[in-house]
Amino acid sequence: MGKHSEYKDWEDKELASSLNRFPERKERFNNHGGEEIARLAVPDQIDEEYIEKIGFPGRFPYTRGVQPTMYRGRLWTMRQYAGFSTASESNLRYRYLLDQGTTGLSIAFDLPTQIGYDSDHPMAEGEVGKVGVAIDSLADMELLFDQIPLDKVSTSMTINAPAAVLLAMYVAVAEKQGVESSKLKGTIQNDILKEYVARGTYIFPPKPSLRLITDIFRWCTDHSPAFNTISISGYHIREAGSTAVQEVAFTLANGITYVQAALDAGLELDNFARRLSFFFNASSDLLEEVAKFRAARRLWARIMKGRFNAMKPASLMLRFHTQTAGYTLTAQQIDNNIVRVALQALSAVLGGTQSLHTNSRDEALSLPTEDSVRTALRTQQVIAHESGVASSVDPLAGSYFIEELTDRIEAEASELIAKIDKAGGVVAAIEEGFIQRQIENSAYEYQQEIEKGERIVVGVNEFKIDEESKPPLLRVDPEVENSQIHGLKELREKRNNKNVEEALANLSACARNTSNLMPEILAAVKTYATLGEICQVLRNEFGEYRG
Amino acid sequence: MSEQILKGLRDRDPRGIARAISLVEENDPLADEILASLDDSLVDQAMVLGITGPPGAGKSTLTDRIISKYRSQGKRVGVIAVDPSSPLSGGAILGDRIRMMGHALDQDVVVRSMATRGRLGGLCAAAGAAVRILAGSGCSPIIIETVGVGQSEMDIIRLADITALVLAPGLGDDIQAMKAGLLEVADLLIVNKADCAGAETLAMDMESIAREGSGKEKDSAKVCMTVASEGKGIDDLLAAIETVDASHRESGERKARREKAYDLEVLDWAIEMIKPSIIKKIEEGGLDRKGDPRMQAVKLLEKE
Amino acid sequence: MPEQKTYRVLIGKPGLDGHDRGAKFLARALRDAGFEVVYTGIRRTPEEIAAAAVQEDVSAVGLSSLSGAHLRLFPAVVEALKNSGAGDIPVLGGGVIPDEDIGLLKDAGINEVFTPGTPVEQIIAAFRSACETQEARRT
Ligand SMILES: Nc1nc2c(ncn2[C@@H]2O[C@H](COP(=O)(O)OP(=O)(O)O)[C@@H](O)[C@H]2O)c(=O)[nH]1
Ligand SMILES: [Mg+2]
Repeated sequence: MGKHSEYKDWEDKELASSLNRFPERKERFNNHGGEEIARLAVPDQIDEEYIEKIGFPGRFPYTRGVQPTMYRGRLWTMRQYAGFSTASESNLRYRYLLDQGTTGLSIAFDLPTQIGYDSDHPMAEGEVGKVGVAIDSLADMELLFDQIPLDKVSTSMTINAPAAVLLAMYVAVAEKQGVESSKLKGTIQNDILKEYVARGTYIFPPKPSLRLITDIFRWCTDHSPAFNTISISGYHIREAGSTAVQEVAFTLANGITYVQAALDAGLELDNFARRLSFFFNASSDLLEEVAKFRAARRLWARIMKGRFNAMKPASLMLRFHTQTAGYTLTAQQIDNNIVRVALQALSAVLGGTQSLHTNSRDEALSLPTEDSVRTALRTQQVIAHESGVASSVDPLAGSYFIEELTDRIEAEASELIAKIDKAGGVVAAIEEGFIQRQIENSAYEYQQEIEKGERIVVGVNEFKIDEESKPPLLRVDPEVENSQIHGLKELREKRNNKNVEEALANLSACARNTSNLMPEILAAVKTYATLGEICQVLRNEFGEYRG
Repeated sequence: MSEQILKGLRDRDPRGIARAISLVEENDPLADEILASLDDSLVDQAMVLGITGPPGAGKSTLTDRIISKYRSQGKRVGVIAVDPSSPLSGGAILGDRIRMMGHALDQDVVVRSMATRGRLGGLCAAAGAAVRILAGSGCSPIIIETVGVGQSEMDIIRLADITALVLAPGLGDDIQAMKAGLLEVADLLIVNKADCAGAETLAMDMESIAREGSGKEKDSAKVCMTVASEGKGIDDLLAAIETVDASHRESGERKARREKAYDLEVLDWAIEMIKPSIIKKIEEGGLDRKGDPRMQAVKLLEKE
Repeated sequence: MPEQKTYRVLIGKPGLDGHDRGAKFLARALRDAGFEVVYTGIRRTPEEIAAAAVQEDVSAVGLSSLSGAHLRLFPAVVEALKNSGAGDIPVLGGGVIPDEDIGLLKDAGINEVFTPGTPVEQIIAAFRSACETQEARRT
């Protein structure tokens, strides 16, 4: 088979159909000098091995990307994670970001919200509004999206254990805006498995947690088919200290677990598989990161095909969001972080990400200021519009180094997944502590290398300077907690408590049988039952996980 | 200082108990006084339950659930959780407590973590004294959790009146290696993680090994199935413990074991006490380094 | 072969923040420096941490917090220790802590405060010295 037949086949099928539906951003992509930049560079001789391992963008095994034209068609979504203090303050920040050219919202919730506590819960003391916005009830959610048309934006919510509740609130707000749930676009993180090993905001034990997740899958298939029902996250696994290979392996192993759980719950593979999305970390080793993204994409396609017999292209594609690595930011010489973030962001773009969050330079110290958030966004815009890397698809393909590394990462990750299979799957491996131990060991080694000076961190263990003045920091006003508690008290007086009790009783009954929890949760949030009240009902029924 | 600790111990003040255990563990001069102050009848009557098994089998989770059950019966519970020390640094990470933090604010649950400290003996002495202090402060039962590997961990299990061996499916080869020796010391066999695949097979496996092995009574080969993470099977387990305890008390087994444990503790203490003076002699250059080391030791001890 | 004193310390994470990479690293580094480290896991209340510190009779308590709640949580642990008659146990804290908070924490009874980038050797030395002081006070 010569270059032409296979290449032509791709041009005629995937490429033609893509160009047909989504024309590229420009007629021609030129360099300075007017020469045209190739859409896709390929070797002169296309052989079997090339087709099997590298192939063409938008075609199995998707090593080169999930769309035939990638960023020539549409740039990645520039999505900046934000949210702090109260719903109305966050609302202002979102509207500012939308004005500045952000194309998707990304909501950060405070820890009490993430763990299903209302702001007046004793465990919430001191944490309200600290790392994100506090949401106690539908009333807060209404403020959060005030004047933001939910049929126009795509919203990503970093919420896991109580994802069903926040999704229900989002649907309810949309309804009030007159937007049908079928029009909603966005993502809920909804990935509980990595919480047990890396992030810690779990509530319930694994089994009921997986039920909540598959209930959401099913509900969204019927009511909100454009919503990404899960964002299977390696990001936090990497932040917790894993290697690149472990990030891929544990994330895809979690993905396998969700797919299996959904199949066991009787869902149709091709109905939910296309709504699975992924979330990776872009760390500092630029070439390894590029290879990692490519390897993850290929391995997932092979898993979906080989293990689950998925047929439709949409079920085989690994689409992912990326965030630059928070753990690499330093509190010393914080402007250096801008450079780190730029390199990391570049790796994500060279690796074919679908959306990207760039960290702000001051995030190692506190919540980012508005200025630093803007610089972080500008970094993406420079890569998109000035660097030229968005003009050609998967430009590093065929580099001996990149391809070899891609192969190695895929092979090693497969091996690790096989080990997890042998241990009885992810849940058993978590319960036995296998995954946590692996991450811990890697984290320990990495940090020891820094401590011993074997790994240089610029400005930290080398190239140090005396720094006096620290930049202005953004702090959450402690008053936020009081005002949130006050609002909660008012709400409990104002709402119809009989309706609330009824809805909660229904939810509790539903938790005891096997019917879908989503309709009951939706009914409960509409009565202004609080997040804490709803989660307490589920805590009573499901029990709590203890790490 | 000493008065304060003794008073604290008498008053069952958490700090007093904790300090007393440390002082005895460190072989402090106050140790004698502390141990002499304990109420012997409480120490004699307390039930000491050993829980052993491979890492990850669910010992700590199970202990947590057992504590809850005994607490609901109004009993004051003591726990000694033993983890291995790092042979390289001598340090240790003591993590069993994580699973029992739900009882942290209950003053009638006294949890104490202890590292093996790679002692030549010594561990039995220290743990034995801790058991006595907990018993003397009104705890019964007292649960000793220890990983079933290594000699010192096996020795420490001899301090228990009753020993339960916890296994779980999917832990692989560790178990095989460990089974034989551990099954011998176990009065009760527990298959935890009964919610996981392979639990039934493991239970049958253990039953048959236990039936064939050692000259133990046939019916003691019964296996308890538990799901510690969900609190399932704990009632049956407690009933089984009670049965074994009653039978041991009646048959004199309990008394016999206590006597053996007593002797072991004496030996351990003796070694602990003798060691410093020998070390001192060696350090002071009391060796002529003639002949082989064994001969030197004989000479050194003659001078004792 | 003089037997070096083995110190017992407790590492705890008060509050809701689950990022325990730093806490676990420190626990291991302390172990490798010869300490016995009681680790309480994530999401603990100050009262639970204090109660555990008392029962385990540790010579020092180390706290980690990355969620910005340190100004409430660290002093609350000190307070809880005092309430259980163990106000003498030194408390050390670390995490994402702005410079201007360090003084406030020290005023509230936190012995030492570590910010990102502090070499682990320095942290271990601080724990050792806190333990030595505590031990001397006891005897
Ligand atoms: N599926 C399942 N997991 C359990 C059970 N009991 C404990 N675990 C989990 O097993 C892991 C190890 O438990 P742990 O009590 O620390 O074991 P230990 O090392 O023997 O003390 C933890 O993740 C527990 O949640 C059980 O009955 N079923
Ligand atoms: Mg344990």
